[in-house]
Amino acid sequence: MSLFFDYEKKGNALCVRLKGELDHHTSNDLRDKLTTLIETEDIHHLILNLGQLDFMDSSGLGVILGRYNQIKTRNGEMFICSVSPTVGKMFEMSGMYKIIRSVNSEEEALLGLGVA
Amino acid sequence: MKNEMSMQFSANSLNEGLARITVAAFIMPMDPTLEQLTEIKTVVSEAVTNAIIHGYENNPEGIVYLSASLDTETGKFEIEIRDNGCGIENIDIARQPLYTSKPELERSGMGFTIMESFSDSLTIESNVNYGTTVKLEKHFSTNNAFIH
Repeated sequence: MSLFFDYEKKGNALCVRLKGELDHHTSNDLRDKLTTLIETEDIHHLILNLGQLDFMDSSGLGVILGRYNQIKTRNGEMFICSVSPTVGKMFEMSGMYKIIRSVNSEEEALLGLGVA
Repeated sequence: MKNEMSMQFSANSLNEGLARITVAAFIMPMDPTLEQLTEIKTVVSEAVTNAIIHGYENNPEGIVYLSASLDTETGKFEIEIRDNGCGIENIDIARQPLYTSKPELERSGMGFTIMESFSDSLTIESNVNYGTTVKLEKHFSTNNAFIH
């Protein structure tokens, strides 16, 4: 019942790969780590890869929305990739697809940003 | 055959995963699809998280009560998640998509909307200072499992 993540910096974009379960319990830690990384590494664009995420609930939506707001103040763009059908429904219900771009792969997001 | 279970646990966020996994195991006789399983786990996670964050305001001394029943012949699954916490002043407002009483915690305000969408019926009963009970129903098809 844990959440793991690794990340890779490509130019001023950060690729974050989440693995495990993203709920209220694990979301606080993820929020703190991502907030700090974006600030200290001077990140403009964020790509969240959810391909290896086994579970996510509305606490995950909250963290993602929070990071979108953080990235927006840095004039960056945010992408999510490899979204499961259930998580996709939650993004749709919350209207998040209107502000966050969903792509099939990290490469597609990086191509969109012109840093691939 | 009607099967029942109940459990109670501390209002500790660690137990959100425990509640999800227990309920997922409980509905296994219905041979749920991966999507149904994920949706039930999400619904349980939303209700338990609400009890912990809002009902007990993250005080782990609070106790969350969960009970469920499953009729393997009709496929009717019912679950009740209850807290004796602070209660909800206005349920209609709380149910609105994107409404949250705790925006400072980066809550999405989608909990009740998700519960409603991923179940067949959602009932919320709440009394200020006495607590909240959330009841959910889901109907499974009975023809995909031949041995219960």
